[in-house]
Amino acid sequence: MKKIFLSIITVIVALSMVSCGGSSNTNGRKSQELSGSGATFPLPYYNVIFEQFSELNGDAVAYGGIGSGGGIRNLRDGIVDFAASDAFLSDKEISEMNAVIHVPTCMGAVVLAYNLDGVDELNLSGDVIANIFAGKITKWNDSRIAELNPNVTLPDETIIPAYRSDGSGTTFVFTDYLSKVSEMWANNFGTGKSVNFPVGQAAKGNPGVAGVIANTKNSIGYIGSEYAFAQKIPYATIQNINGELVKPSSESISAAASGVIPNDTRCSITNSDAKGAYPISTFTWIVVYKEQNYSDRSKEQAIATIDLLKYILSDEAQKITSEVHYAPLPAKAKELSLNNLKSITYDGVALSETNISEKSK
Amino acid sequence: MNDKIYKTILFLVAAIIPLVCGGIIYALVTDAYEAFEHFGFFRFLTSKEWSYTEGAEQYGALPFITGTLMTTLLALIFCIPFSLPVALFVGEYFKGTKIAAILSTVTDLLAGIPSIIYGLWGFYTLRPIIMELGISSQGSGILTASLVLAIMIVPYAASLSAEFIKMVPNDLKEGAYSLGATRAEVVRKIVFPVAGSGIFSSYILAIGRALGETMTVTMLIGNTNNVPDSITSTGNSMASIIANQFGEADDLRLSSLIAIGLILFLITAIINMIGKIMIKRARIS
Repeated sequence: MKKIFLSIITVIVALSMVSCGGSSNTNGRKSQELSGSGATFPLPYYNVIFEQFSELNGDAVAYGGIGSGGGIRNLRDGIVDFAASDAFLSDKEISEMNAVIHVPTCMGAVVLAYNLDGVDELNLSGDVIANIFAGKITKWNDSRIAELNPNVTLPDETIIPAYRSDGSGTTFVFTDYLSKVSEMWANNFGTGKSVNFPVGQAAKGNPGVAGVIANTKNSIGYIGSEYAFAQKIPYATIQNINGELVKPSSESISAAASGVIPNDTRCSITNSDAKGAYPISTFTWIVVYKEQNYSDRSKEQAIATIDLLKYILSDEAQKITSEVHYAPLPAKAKELSLNNLKSITYDGVALSETNISEKSK
Repeated sequence: MNDKIYKTILFLVAAIIPLVCGGIIYALVTDAYEAFEHFGFFRFLTSKEWSYTEGAEQYGALPFITGTLMTTLLALIFCIPFSLPVALFVGEYFKGTKIAAILSTVTDLLAGIPSIIYGLWGFYTLRPIIMELGISSQGSGILTASLVLAIMIVPYAASLSAEFIKMVPNDLKEGAYSLGATRAEVVRKIVFPVAGSGIFSSYILAIGRALGETMTVTMLIGNTNNVPDSITSTGNSMASIIANQFGEADDLRLSSLIAIGLILFLITAIINMIGKIMIKRARIS
């Protein structure tokens, strides 16, 4: 009996030594296990980028796509190293928790997918979209839609709008845009991750909405660009504030962020007045605490977190964005974020400094 | 000595289930408290507002309670013409034959199909048919969800009903036959009255199954947060609103969703309890 007990102990000790010893990585620190949770919108991108990061640095990253709200909740509870969110935290949310830093990781957009027999090209404007989803334009051959599509014969059929039934960053970006371009929308429905749409039907997730559109003639709905691009779903061209008709693409989405960005990168870039900008574009963020010493996290874990963020902002990682149907960050956003990372501390000491001093040793 | 250890272990294992159940109730009640306190219990039950506007959030459970009750009731009505004949076939007309055994096995198989399969079938097959027939322009809605739910609960209703029909004493039936009754008369005058409360209880248990069905309903009901005004309109059930909204909910909305979960828990518990009591009575008589 005693022998068995002893041998078990030996195995446990041996195992723990293996896992503790770990291979030290290129940065000369022990490899860490990072965990994050949040938005599902950038999930395909994160899956690729986190794996790349693991291969390069030896740190493992576990990410749970549980929704932006859940991710922020986990960060507030201090059980993750970072949270990912499609909507930046409001001033009220920020005031309720310790200081955080927003790091934009890539860009995406919301596209208007439709199912109309014999129509391959469809132009829409913000005002028309708002009126369709408010139930005020009910027929496809309404003069306001026809005006934008002079070369298309639109059917005399009832429009069936489709929207998200689950709370979603996609809905947030879409309604944020509608609130900016239509006072009627702002006053009656507003902006949010969930909004009470007065007409149409709802389905869960991008696949749900895409499924409804694919299976319902004369329907229209909004879908995350990454899903629409990957699945090659037909989508509409949108007229931006400058009157240009813009198709969503990696370039036109990045163009939307070429305007002025605040220092903390918390800004909505929908209805951007930049040239050639697709108007329903957005950043997606990773949110971390400014003070990294919480919930017994080690200093090395904090440094690994920063390394991850630096990697995401690197040219190498940004190049991957368009390969997986997102859009890269503009230079300005990268520059601001790298600067913001310098303010991250551990026990009140800026980590950017300790990081350098450790490397020089 | 051994017996005592055995007894203790048995007691501990048996105690886990009530503990888990108690824990669920405790968690539901404490987390739902905020919503009940904020809106008031009866206002929460009867308000049809479900509005996300920040600062003026209004959450009421009425659209979802009606959505759940409408789909469940319709599913029950649609399921009777399919399940009752199966029960009579298996339990009375072809009792003990090979074909009855095959039919009851096939019916039971329906219960083993995952609900996502029913949902996908409803979405890709039934929904286009509903649109084609012009019943509703968008296909999704209370009616579509109820039709698929009806198929899902057939095995629950049919196999239990068949058991009760089998249990009708032969003496009674033979007595009726000797008085010159036809088979149809025996079924109507003897089998149904005797097995009646048992059949009723099997439908109650089927309802319990339909009440909590989430996946299928979420895919087919249309997910709109309004009180449905006809059987073809879209709506949302208690289970589907939770499935849809839980991921991004916090604070008051989270509490409201948990409150809806608590109400669903209570409704299901009450209905199951009625079913169990009826079965007990049926067995005694």
